[in-house]
Amino acid sequence: MATTMTTETPANGGAAAETVPLSGLRRPVSKWIWLGVIFAALLPLIGGQTGLISNFYFLQLSLMIVYSIAVLGLNLLIGFNGQISLGHGAFFAVGAYVTAILIDRYEMHYLATLPPAMFVCFVIGYLFGRPALRLEGHYLALATFALAIAVPQFLKYRHFEPFTHGVQGINIFKPDPPFGMPLSPDQWLYLVVLACAIVMFIVARNIVQSRMGRAMMAIRDQPLAADTMGINSARTKSITFGISALYVGLAGALHAIIFEFVSPDSFRFELSIAILVGAVIGGIATLSGAVIGGFFVQFIEKYADALTKWVTSTVHLPIHLEPWTIYGIVLIVLMYTMPMGIAGGLASLWRKIRPPG
Amino acid sequence: MSNMLEVKDLKAYYGPSQALHGISFSLAKGGITTLLGANGAGKTTTLRAICGMVRAEGTVTIDGEPVTGKATESVVRLGVGHVPEGRGTFTELSVEENLRVAAYTRRDKAAAARDLEMVFTYFPRLKERMDQQAGTLSGGEQQMLAISRALMLGPRLMLLDEPSFGLAPLIVQEIFRIMRRINEEAKVSMLLVEQNAALALDLADHAYVLETGRVVMSGTSADVKSDEQIRKSYLGY
Repeated sequence: MATTMTTETPANGGAAAETVPLSGLRRPVSKWIWLGVIFAALLPLIGGQTGLISNFYFLQLSLMIVYSIAVLGLNLLIGFNGQISLGHGAFFAVGAYVTAILIDRYEMHYLATLPPAMFVCFVIGYLFGRPALRLEGHYLALATFALAIAVPQFLKYRHFEPFTHGVQGINIFKPDPPFGMPLSPDQWLYLVVLACAIVMFIVARNIVQSRMGRAMMAIRDQPLAADTMGINSARTKSITFGISALYVGLAGALHAIIFEFVSPDSFRFELSIAILVGAVIGGIATLSGAVIGGFFVQFIEKYADALTKWVTSTVHLPIHLEPWTIYGIVLIVLMYTMPMGIAGGLASLWRKIRPPG
Repeated sequence: MSNMLEVKDLKAYYGPSQALHGISFSLAKGGITTLLGANGAGKTTTLRAICGMVRAEGTVTIDGEPVTGKATESVVRLGVGHVPEGRGTFTELSVEENLRVAAYTRRDKAAAARDLEMVFTYFPRLKERMDQQAGTLSGGEQQMLAISRALMLGPRLMLLDEPSFGLAPLIVQEIFRIMRRINEEAKVSMLLVEQNAALALDLADHAYVLETGRVVMSGTSADVKSDEQIRKSYLGY
């Protein structure tokens, strides 16, 4: 991605003449996206009231959206700023715990806990990023990995038990919809999560199209040249790390509310990897890829085990498939067929099949 | 009148190895000075040391202001446009976005807009390619973009690192013609690093020849050009 084209191509032929779309930037938001959003917002009315979609599925959809927010946050860091993190599950955990503790111990309104959760994650992300981002590539990967390992242990720490309840975790209760709205708690929270996601996607879109976003991408493409443009790389990278942590922290906070429970073992190292896989599979440096990534994290991963069993029994495979086999196969196939992620793959497919003109 | 750039006893290091062994040179306001020499002579390192990209000792003053030890972005904000080795194209961004990144430090948006117009008078080809992804530009166009980005900083001094690198002779001539215009019209002083000595000596008024991190010869371009021994032993043409 960071290679510079140094070959001389004719001015009006070959690669020079083909215009490649720019990571979905600058194009106006398609009306299809807005239609999709409106449809999603009406789901509780359409599906809920008719009983087509059960509360369980609203919970699943909410989780999917939550993971989309997390994947989006990581994508800002990896896709748009070119930094790696194997530890963003840590910020998910911090966001979840801030919300859970504020609700459980300080009896705050659940919505009021979201800004503090985001703020705390931003600050921790920024402070962690400040020294860590001097590290590049593998070294940064290791430093963030350490963060992912450390945070669950930290949450179990004896002297924090009055706040965290140690390994037992914290139970919180699902809030009822306000104003006596004819919605179930799951349907209401689905709308809350959806609204948060819409706001966060719009904010992300504005960030990547702003001066800050261009600086982020310049650092990703050419770190030295970015410096020569007067960009303070260390500061930009740390702020990006903070923003990315803020997104993932919000996802964690929402997760705590809709899941009604937090515990150190919900936020193990695998969560960091799951978010990373979602970002890569969805499509690095695309915003729409985050939605697909969230879908992948929630559904493919959660159902891989069940799917493996189902495949084994329906096609009567002569061999025994271990759980996660399907997940692994799907991952490998996707990476080989769509190396740019699903969003990138679909975009290039569309360029091939769309009617001319 | 002080010089635009004054370099005294500059030493630079990559980790434990020393790349510059105390070089000194100066660049008059509005002038063009070129640093010549073979691969590994320390030309690129000199530019990087001026910009605070490598560990350096000695004094560098830009228009009277000492900059040694300053961070790159602070040096840039003094009005130094560095056109880096290999052009440093932000490949995934469009041409327009590349130019807008370059306006990152500009507070005066109207002046930045005027500079954009100026850039397009020098490089009309870039205007045609505004929306194109910069990584898909030809090498020559990417070099034009790199120079344009430096111009968007509103520089007093430009550091040009081998603008002829890997380009067809016709494109190189075009780019050097435009560099002369920029020097004359926009009153930008230039420090030019080149392998192509003949070309550089035509453009520059002063030249310094480097060898393994030391200045071995200096003078006006005309002197250097006419000294046959220098030409044969260091410049190879």
